[in-house]
Amino acid sequence: MLSRTADNLYWLGRYVERAENTARLLAGTQRLSLMPIPTDEAGNLWRNLFQSEFEENAFLAKHSEFSETPVMEYMALDPENPSSIYSCVHGARENVRAARHVLTTEISQCINETWMEVKKCRPQDVIDRGTQNYLDSIKERAHLFRGVVHGTMRRGEPFMFWELGAALERAENTSRLMLARSAAFHRAAKRDDGFDFYRWGTFLRTANAYSAYRQLYRDIDPVSVADLLILNTQIPRSLLSCIEDSAEVLRNLKREAQCAAMAERLASELRTMRLDTILRSGLEGFLHDFRKQVHVLSDQIRVDFIMVR
Amino acid sequence: MRPFDEMLETDGTVRMAYAQFGEWLEGASKEFLTRKNDEADMMFRRLGITFTVYGDAAQTERMIPFDIIPRILDPQEWDYLARGTIQRVDALNAFLDDVYHDQAILKAGRIPPELVLNNDAFRPEMLDMDLPRRIYAHIAGVDVVRTGPRDFFVLEDNVRTPSGVSYMLENRQTMMRLFPELFATNHVAPVERYPSELRANLRSVAPIGVDDPTVVLLTPGQHNSAFFEHAFLATEMGIELVEGQDLFVDDGLVFMRTTEGPKRVDVIYRRVDDDYIDPLAFRSDSMLGVPGLLSVIRRGRVTLTNAIGTGVADDKAMYVYVPEMIRFYLGEEPILQNVPTYSLRNKDDYKYVLENLESLVVKEVHGSGGYGMLVGPKSTKKEREEYTKRLKADPDAFIAQPTLALSTCPTYVDEGVAPRHVDLRPFVLSGQRTTVVPGGLTRVALKEGSLVVNSSQGGGTKDTWVLER
Repeated sequence: MLSRTADNLYWLGRYVERAENTARLLAGTQRLSLMPIPTDEAGNLWRNLFQSEFEENAFLAKHSEFSETPVMEYMALDPENPSSIYSCVHGARENVRAARHVLTTEISQCINETWMEVKKCRPQDVIDRGTQNYLDSIKERAHLFRGVVHGTMRRGEPFMFWELGAALERAENTSRLMLARSAAFHRAAKRDDGFDFYRWGTFLRTANAYSAYRQLYRDIDPVSVADLLILNTQIPRSLLSCIEDSAEVLRNLKREAQCAAMAERLASELRTMRLDTILRSGLEGFLHDFRKQVHVLSDQIRVDFIMVR
Repeated sequence: MRPFDEMLETDGTVRMAYAQFGEWLEGASKEFLTRKNDEADMMFRRLGITFTVYGDAAQTERMIPFDIIPRILDPQEWDYLARGTIQRVDALNAFLDDVYHDQAILKAGRIPPELVLNNDAFRPEMLDMDLPRRIYAHIAGVDVVRTGPRDFFVLEDNVRTPSGVSYMLENRQTMMRLFPELFATNHVAPVERYPSELRANLRSVAPIGVDDPTVVLLTPGQHNSAFFEHAFLATEMGIELVEGQDLFVDDGLVFMRTTEGPKRVDVIYRRVDDDYIDPLAFRSDSMLGVPGLLSVIRRGRVTLTNAIGTGVADDKAMYVYVPEMIRFYLGEEPILQNVPTYSLRNKDDYKYVLENLESLVVKEVHGSGGYGMLVGPKSTKKEREEYTKRLKADPDAFIAQPTLALSTCPTYVDEGVAPRHVDLRPFVLSGQRTTVVPGGLTRVALKEGSLVVNSSQGGGTKDTWVLER
């Protein structure tokens, strides 16, 4: 398979996941904002969606304050924001176009229809429809897209590169999400129950893990939430699940590739870890380290498959 | 006088080819057609069949309008067209092989040598190269117009990188979905085998000694106006769709970069123009080509389709000589006629054209896509004056033809169904044999009275039916 096409499929997987993730993040934040929360926290609620000073500055160049309407507009609809839902869907569509010859008509149609919807959406439309309805529709389109890929696509290399992109993007998303709340997990480790049921519930929904949590654990406590999102392989977005999925795809793609060994190593390291050790040595440090390793893995995948000669 | 209509005789009776269809159309209400037209529009949008409009600052993606009323040809008409277009393409291939080898036709004085040898599209790099099966134009799109029951004229021979065949295939798909009942009553010859025929042809011209050739389609990329077609054909043929950056030359061979490492490529169906194909040989600023490709072609280790240098055969100045080529190489009389053409390099013609601009169509010798032409009868005095300046500055760069009364075909428009002018581009494939799939691309000028069918100038397309005996 052409290396460039593999790259297109990989990014297709990433973009669709990222669009859905942003939608879930915005929906969760909006739900949180409906709760009475301390004013200092409320002030940071929308700001916390930005991960770095660089991202914050890009936002501040266009808007004056971190409040719901401008953040929502910037993260959902702004074509100039490279990680907005708009940009992700556009990116997904460009990759579908470029790799169209290895995709099915159903996949092209699904992404084209999504793009036509997203493209024509103006801030006022979102307000008129209701923000949650708009974000729900993005999530639904992502679910539909995954279903169409699973239901129509040949299980060959193109499919595997799509799976790989999706799995790694999930790993990044979940770790990002936890990092944004890592302080809260620490307070929990010190038995400081600052976060209430509602807020952890919202957090779990943002990670698409609420119902799984209710089935696997009883009461909501932060340590169990961390356990689920890091080490439990029954949910598709835990860090371990994502890495195991990636390792499996790479094993099937090319067992002898360096990146396959690297993913295998990362998975077995995680598998032997215990949550209390992670919390004791510091969740934030663990997550940063994890993210670094995922980046190194992505780079090695490029070297092994994409940058031929 | 009213132009020839594909469906109706002058007295209003329905022609043979349209007998079944005419009855159906009579029973179709305006509302029904409007609904079907909207449905068709939606189907094309969902499939993402768009093209890019050049010269438009935004490079907007647009759809070529699809018309739901088919253009129908009866078996005799098609037989005549098929024989005529095949004959023409055979002669053009013989001509190309000749001008890049012995140049017998030039030595015989049948074509002025300077017209060939000084032509920008003539590539000395191709001299004395023996191509597999001696074929240069593996894919040709011959544009034909009609003015009467048996009066077909060839407007131009496209033997560089002709496009439009994906519309022939998609239009048929769309029609079969919209109007299944029509295909039950009309025996329409299928066009679906085109991609597999093309694939077989491409494989048949692989370099000597390659038994199971790897064929790829080379596209300029997704911002090219015909990208949809490139992706479509690659999918249909089950071959890789590559860009220049995906290929490289090493050790006298061409390779593509794959996830399993470099893989040898044997046949390249290219949709990139000569000028951009190899920055080491032609335009050095090209990012679309493959450095060193020409050297591999010259050693016969990769086949390029169409070959480099085919443009010397479909040049508008060379067009005049195609009937002569048919006589010279095939010893036959041309089946299809040429449109009378005035070359402005010729003094008498020059004078005639300047005096009769109002009734002529003037085209640039190297132009295409309907850009830069003057349609005399539709032009304003000011436009003609402007154009005259250009003609005087460089007469060699222009030809002129009488304005033909192109045939019309019933077409769905806002007011209902009305006649609009059409042309036809059948696609001729050369490999083991020369063949033409029964059908082609019918282009229609949607503006009332307009004679310009190019998609870049507001033209649309129709499904083309060839009825079976």
